[in-house]
Amino acid sequence: MTTTSLTTSRGAGRAGDKVFSAATLAAGCLILAVLFGVALFLLIQAFPALVASPDKIQGGEGFFAYIWPIVIGTLIAAVIALVIATPVAVGVALFISHFAPRKLASGLGYVIDLLAAIPSVVYGAWGAAFLAKEISPAYNWLATNMGWLPIFQGPASATGKTILTAGIVLSVMILPIITSLSREIFLQTPKLHEEAALALGATRWEMIRMAVLPFGRPGVISAVMLGLGRALGETMAVALVLSSGALTASLIQSGNQTIAAEIALNFPEASGLKVNTLIAAGLVLFVITLAVNMIARWIISRHKEFSGAN
Amino acid sequence: MTATLTPVKKRSALTKGQLPKWAPYLVLGIALVLGAAILALIGFNALGWGLVSAIIFAIGLVSWSAVVEGSRRAKDKLATCLVVGAFLVALLPLFSVIWTVLVNGLPGLMDPGFLTTSMNGVTGAFDNKSVEEGAPVVGGIFHALIGTLLITVMATVISVPVGLLTAVYLVEYGNDRPLARAITFFVDVMTGIPSIVAGLFAAAFFFAVVGPGTKTGAVAAVALSVLMIPVVVRSSEEMLKIVPNELREAAYALGVRKWRTILKVVIPTAISGIASGVTLAIARVIGETAPILVTAGFATSINYNVFSGWMASLPTFIYTQILNPTSPSNPDPSSQRAWGAALVLIILVMLLNLGARLIARMFAPKTGR
Amino acid sequence: MSKRIDVKDLNVYYGKFLAVEDVNINIEAKSVTAFIGPSGCGKSTFLRTLNRMHEVIPGARVEGEVLLDGDNLYGPGVDPVTVRSQIGMVFQRPNPFPTMSIRDNVLAGVKLNNQKISKGEADVLVERSLQGANLWNEVKDRLSKPGSGLSGGQQQRLCIARAIAVEPQVILMDEPCSALDPISTLAIEDLINELKDQYTVVIVTHNMQQAARVSNKTAFFNIAGTGKPGRLIEYGDTHTMFSNPTQKATEDYVSGRFG
Repeated sequence: MTTTSLTTSRGAGRAGDKVFSAATLAAGCLILAVLFGVALFLLIQAFPALVASPDKIQGGEGFFAYIWPIVIGTLIAAVIALVIATPVAVGVALFISHFAPRKLASGLGYVIDLLAAIPSVVYGAWGAAFLAKEISPAYNWLATNMGWLPIFQGPASATGKTILTAGIVLSVMILPIITSLSREIFLQTPKLHEEAALALGATRWEMIRMAVLPFGRPGVISAVMLGLGRALGETMAVALVLSSGALTASLIQSGNQTIAAEIALNFPEASGLKVNTLIAAGLVLFVITLAVNMIARWIISRHKEFSGAN
Repeated sequence: MTATLTPVKKRSALTKGQLPKWAPYLVLGIALVLGAAILALIGFNALGWGLVSAIIFAIGLVSWSAVVEGSRRAKDKLATCLVVGAFLVALLPLFSVIWTVLVNGLPGLMDPGFLTTSMNGVTGAFDNKSVEEGAPVVGGIFHALIGTLLITVMATVISVPVGLLTAVYLVEYGNDRPLARAITFFVDVMTGIPSIVAGLFAAAFFFAVVGPGTKTGAVAAVALSVLMIPVVVRSSEEMLKIVPNELREAAYALGVRKWRTILKVVIPTAISGIASGVTLAIARVIGETAPILVTAGFATSINYNVFSGWMASLPTFIYTQILNPTSPSNPDPSSQRAWGAALVLIILVMLLNLGARLIARMFAPKTGR
Repeated sequence: MSKRIDVKDLNVYYGKFLAVEDVNINIEAKSVTAFIGPSGCGKSTFLRTLNRMHEVIPGARVEGEVLLDGDNLYGPGVDPVTVRSQIGMVFQRPNPFPTMSIRDNVLAGVKLNNQKISKGEADVLVERSLQGANLWNEVKDRLSKPGSGLSGGQQQRLCIARAIAVEPQVILMDEPCSALDPISTLAIEDLINELKDQYTVVIVTHNMQQAARVSNKTAFFNIAGTGKPGRLIEYGDTHTMFSNPTQKATEDYVSGRFG
């Protein structure tokens, strides 16, 4: 009868456990380090621009005056994108989760998700070559008939390469983000609530208003915020589509600029303090998108049932 | 003599007050005709026709329903119209983009030598000749293809071990500890980093560590890894969580150590999902322009060395050809090359997405009898 | 090759919560012992402490001693992994490794530990283990097929073969038949009857009739109320336990008045 003493353990194996778990821990900490490093390195390289005397920065009035109009431009483009994308995205999500024939639903969802697969540079090219040209007549119409509104003040851009066009392209790009997350959330509405509404004689729309939308509201809000984060940081849709310039209220004239496009257009040729200025702009963008994403993720984490919907 | 009684069809009390089943089709037909008529006055175009007809259809059906069925049912029909309308609106840009890329890109792709030559030595003079004298368009994307391949492979080599090990930590060792929760939260936050910021970080890092102005393929690969790692972590984590706990317990009960259990039981069981997640992460970063723009410059000739010299990639090639055509006076050949490259890029992304699904199916644990 | 288990003053904690209280029991070598009792009374929890499987759950710990032929499983310097290679376990739901063939499943305990074994030795081990689990004749022609392609009862016997292949002293079974149909259950019960000639078997079961059919001795666990710890109420020969138990609670349970 073989007796194996309980205290003779297979030594190499035991060390293996320690080494392996240490390796996984190191990998996890590396991620935190990278995030911290992003902030740190951006700060280091941005610092010279932040403290330089005003006349050395482009525009001659210091970093704040340089970045402020660009921040506004970034927000304008993002807001345009959200205003257009959110209702459409929520509608599409509802369509796939509750209206489409069940057999087609996942196929249709896949088709919409194709929007997310198209690279951003292709969207930019499409916006510049196709959308801008096609939408230019509409801008003329807006300038002629609604030019009294500051946002539609004429004369409309002849090329159509305005911040409104860029905003429309952005909205197409953030639509799949908002809609796929919203769709997951709508699909997770407890069947009990839906059936309770239907059993009371509600029409489909009334059931959605009573059971699906209230349940999904926090999730949709955070989906919208994630879309906002993407819109704020998107480069190509703006760099290729927008004919940039000074800050202007008119959406149908060329002008305005976003942070990401400013960096992309100027960085390759930049040197010296200009590099630091652009990195400082990147730091500002990082802080803004970080704040938006953290709030969105915090909302999701408070509703644990969405944890699988990423 | 009994006359055969034909039963009188009595309308059921449950079908009172409803629109007939053919109502939507009737309204649709009327709307299309009316829309065409209106558009004929203004100037016909397909999009306008569709838009006007849709609006007429919605107004017509909803008001008819309001009269016959009541406001509740009318609101329901309105909601249906809006929701279907949203879906169709969402499809428009998808088809438009794909159509534009196909129409503009095929001529570029069909050009002999497009896939096998680079832009080395191609100057504005060649493009002028192509436009003015009808000479074939020269120049190709081989250097961009190589650059994309090398940079993406290097980024994958960096991201997959880090991402997979982190996912293993979160699932197998994390146990809801504060550190694990912090990592999960910040990984999610990292998925929202703008791609240009990731590029700036890599640039800033290498400027500080190696020297200012360092622009190589390796820097671009680091930037792409920052974007890939969170995606790999998230998808691997989901796949590892799906592995039933019973399998781990079965291995432990056999006297197998935890690390061997993870390496030889858990990961192989989840490998199909992990592999397809990695493929999807690759599909996502292969189309990124901004990070490569600020880190690798843009070369016109073939460069096989990731550690020195500027590198081209498909997305940056498209970007520069559009914004800075090789011949400013004759931008059309540059545009043609750009669209050709865009078509190649989309085909690559679609292949990767398909590949991810195939991998998921191929590597899934088989249940044969 | 089997050893006896002696448990002294065992208390099982999950964090601060006392799950099982003060167990003293002596399990003979080469016998079948059944643990019975109502749901939630701690019998599975206690079973898992016998091969230190409860430690997989963070915060679980024990106070007291579990002696395997005199060696304390919880003594200083004892590696749980070594314990588990001597005390094997079969679970409620059959869990063959889905990525491995039948042959590799049986050899899993050996292969996963990187122990070197020649092909000839491996073949002998596979045949011997599958014979011991009464599965050899059914699968000998398809050893390279995936383990998950078998029926539920066959999968469970495969798991038993896998457990036997590492040559343990004791086999613990946590409700091994509750996920199986009656015919497979009968096959497993016949198997347990044969296993006791070579191993010490401890089986947790919900099914009193199964305990009566299969075991030499039976232990009855009970719980005073929700949130209270489980205790060993009575332990004795199966025949006595079912016909003439000494404790009232035992008699109430075996006659079906509660549980």
